[in-house]
Amino acid sequence: MPLFWLILIVLAIAAVGYVLGRSRAMSSAGGELSALHSLPSYYGANVAMKVIVPAFLLLIVWLLAQPFYVNNVISGMIPETSIAEGSSRGLVLAEVRRAARGLDNAVATGAMTEEFARNARADFADISTRLRDAGQIVTSEITQPILRAAQRYRVLNATGNLIMSIAVILVALFAAFWAIRETNAEFRARNVVEQGIKAILIAAASIAILTTIGIVLSLVFNTWEFFRLYPASDFFFGLTWSPSFSGRGSSSQLGILPLLWGTFYISIVALLVAVPIGLFAAVYLSEYAGPKVRAVAKPLLEVLAGIPTIVYGLFALLTVGPLLLSVFGNEGLGIMQAGTAVMTAGLVMGIMLIPFVSSLSDDIINAVPQAMRDGSYGLGATKSETVRQVILPAALPGIVGAILLAASRAIGETMIVVLGAGAAARLSLNPFEAMTTVTAKIVSQLTGDADFASPVALVAFALGMTLFVITLGLNIVALYIVRKYREQYD
Amino acid sequence: MTDATLPPETSASPAKAPMQPKSLYALDDLTRKRNAAEKRFQAYGIGAIAIGLFFLVVLAYAIISQGIPAFSRTVVEVEFTLTQEQYNAAEGTLFKTKAYEEIFINALSGQLQDSGIETPVEPEAIERIVGKPGSTIREFFRENEDQLGQPVRFDLAASSRVDGYMSGRITREGMTDSRFLMASDLDVVDNLVEAGVIKTVFNWSFITGADAGVDNAAAAGIGASVIGSFFMMLVVLFLSLPIGVAASIYLEEFAPQNRFTDLIEVNISNLAAVPSIVFGILGLAVFIQFMHLPQSAPLVGGLVLTLMTLPTIIISTRASLKAVPPSIRDAALGVGASKMQAIFHHVLPLAMPGILTGTIIGLAQALGETAPLLLIGMVGFVARGYPDGFIAGFTDPNSAMPAQIYTWAARSDLAFTEKAWGGIIVLLIFLLTMNIIAIILRRRFERRW
Repeated sequence: MPLFWLILIVLAIAAVGYVLGRSRAMSSAGGELSALHSLPSYYGANVAMKVIVPAFLLLIVWLLAQPFYVNNVISGMIPETSIAEGSSRGLVLAEVRRAARGLDNAVATGAMTEEFARNARADFADISTRLRDAGQIVTSEITQPILRAAQRYRVLNATGNLIMSIAVILVALFAAFWAIRETNAEFRARNVVEQGIKAILIAAASIAILTTIGIVLSLVFNTWEFFRLYPASDFFFGLTWSPSFSGRGSSSQLGILPLLWGTFYISIVALLVAVPIGLFAAVYLSEYAGPKVRAVAKPLLEVLAGIPTIVYGLFALLTVGPLLLSVFGNEGLGIMQAGTAVMTAGLVMGIMLIPFVSSLSDDIINAVPQAMRDGSYGLGATKSETVRQVILPAALPGIVGAILLAASRAIGETMIVVLGAGAAARLSLNPFEAMTTVTAKIVSQLTGDADFASPVALVAFALGMTLFVITLGLNIVALYIVRKYREQYD
Repeated sequence: MTDATLPPETSASPAKAPMQPKSLYALDDLTRKRNAAEKRFQAYGIGAIAIGLFFLVVLAYAIISQGIPAFSRTVVEVEFTLTQEQYNAAEGTLFKTKAYEEIFINALSGQLQDSGIETPVEPEAIERIVGKPGSTIREFFRENEDQLGQPVRFDLAASSRVDGYMSGRITREGMTDSRFLMASDLDVVDNLVEAGVIKTVFNWSFITGADAGVDNAAAAGIGASVIGSFFMMLVVLFLSLPIGVAASIYLEEFAPQNRFTDLIEVNISNLAAVPSIVFGILGLAVFIQFMHLPQSAPLVGGLVLTLMTLPTIIISTRASLKAVPPSIRDAALGVGASKMQAIFHHVLPLAMPGILTGTIIGLAQALGETAPLLLIGMVGFVARGYPDGFIAGFTDPNSAMPAQIYTWAARSDLAFTEKAWGGIIVLLIFLLTMNIIAIILRRRFERRW
């Protein structure tokens, strides 16, 4: 594990630097603590910080940049002619990487000498069979260009790693040397260290922005790639969803409308379950229930929110589905064909959303000022009249916000629909039929042996983009409503 | 509600004809209607809560009733002595495992006669009940030749159908004869149970074992994926706690009121609501496609879950930092501490219980998250073993508990759904423990100022 050791070496340099910096500060003050500008540990921390931060920054940048450089070089080595019909440069590169890993493993297990792995020629030394004998996975016959590229790939990576290790250690040593040199009694170590810590804090806070940028970029690039292979208008307005994996997905019909319909239908069923139950529960808990009932019922309801979605998914697939089937199936009403259906997924999702609606609404109802209740009681209204005519209208914007948040949760929910809703994309009004959703299709298009260059896999990114935009829109509207409403009574 | 019982007419319509003086105790129609509406409304509320709790009970019942069988397994317990001559003779034949099977069946019928139960023991029936015991026995004796000539007890796993019969998944009425199980076998099984040969024991291999292939449900265990989840949680803990705390300290204590701070705040609140599957897409595109990190590795899973957990941890950490009264900061600043010292030496330790509670709850959420793991390839392969080392634990392909449960649920064999429910019990036990620790932490250390 050279990377692991490299990190350890840098940390060790930092630790030594800490001790040296501290003792240098002490000796420059002649052992007199009061002569120092800062506490001695700050001088040590100053050195350690200046070792760790640049060295690790260099390490991270190098680790990110090296694969690019190597890939570029390798890609240039592969002539157009050796890319087979129906294949692509990306696939050939993956093949090269696989071959290189095979060589690495073969050398590591002793099946080949390093010398042989570096210089062998595929046509003479039948590399594929040897790799296969060594227990490595080789998908197809390794041809000479691929083997040459794989060998070059290994060499480049090895030298890259070597240079990286040397550079990182040199940077760490140089920084330690420089930081120890600047250490003396007048050096304002505490201020420097605190500035450094503040910079680290800002960097940590910026990770939220980086994550969003990462999400947007990964969606946008791949979606762009998808729309180059598949017309956007067909995607957004197509009424059929039938991906076909033959012919590299060129004969697929990838219309999003059936998926959107399934998503919204299931979400509506879920909200029809969750909103009345959640809302009534919230009203009862905040207006009627005594402290004892509240202390028991509220956490119990919230347990429903803490259960992982995979559990709900299994519950839908194995309990609710068969139950509904026995009532509405061929032995009952005869309108349900299989256990997986819109109703199954919607019902279970509704159960999951009950605590979500109830605790959000509970907060909002509690935020309605007591004076409004007292005013209503004073006019002779009963409790339920107060709730219906004073509290709910006052809390309405907040409750709408809560419902929108629940809707966004329902639209983005994955496991319940993957297990409970079925896999067939269809436009139908019957809630007992199997339908599928955007999230379920993202999962099914991206799991398994996806070839990232074909529209059948890339469509998942376009679906993800749609999902992201819809949920983001719902969230922004909901947060705006909730926030605006809160300001009214604060 | 004494106000409500007042007849509203008295104040509402003074212009009406002189009214009969009415007793305050006699209710008029309108009041009765309003009171009934009040009762109804309250009943709706109670009903809503009851429905919610009812669902909770049904869910718990479904999990427990269907998951418990996964923790027991049916074994065929046979004790016999293999002599050196028998061993040599068996090794000398052409069909070696067949020879061992004969020895096994002889021992089995001997054991049955000892306990006084007469049942015909056909080799085919035994094969359907225990699978093919010959190879297991042969392997054991080849590895432990010193055990020859001594009585050895074998606990052989019964086939998954017999297991299903014992756990009630397969009933005598519901089954059809097939090459896997015949109705007559069930009589044999019943007799064997009576003779104490077939026993139900606690299934340790479910807790400690690794996943098995599609055709071998009885051997599948959740242990390897627990380890996978453990390594993922290590990554999440060691990344999200420092980053989350650092970000919260900046936002709560240092951030000036400007555009940049607003941008961070908006991003955090939005990330908290982004569907988890989108984080999976991010992980696939950035960590696997772009950075070429290994697929299916707990490291990648941990990174994705870290990004998902960060908003949760930041929100709860900020709340607990906010709860530390300003007087603490002022006092520290007053005796000459720098702002950084005031925060790191005084505010942060006081906020720590709250931060840890939030972190544990965030970890529990991350532990149960499935959807992003599907996209970074934690399903679709069989996690057959434990990682062989600490670093390999992060980088070698492994499964995680929820992903393993999903894998089992997606297999068509009914025996695997039992495993899936059992896996859910294990997962929920972990979640419950974490939440209880969080509650205890909060109760024990929380300070009200």
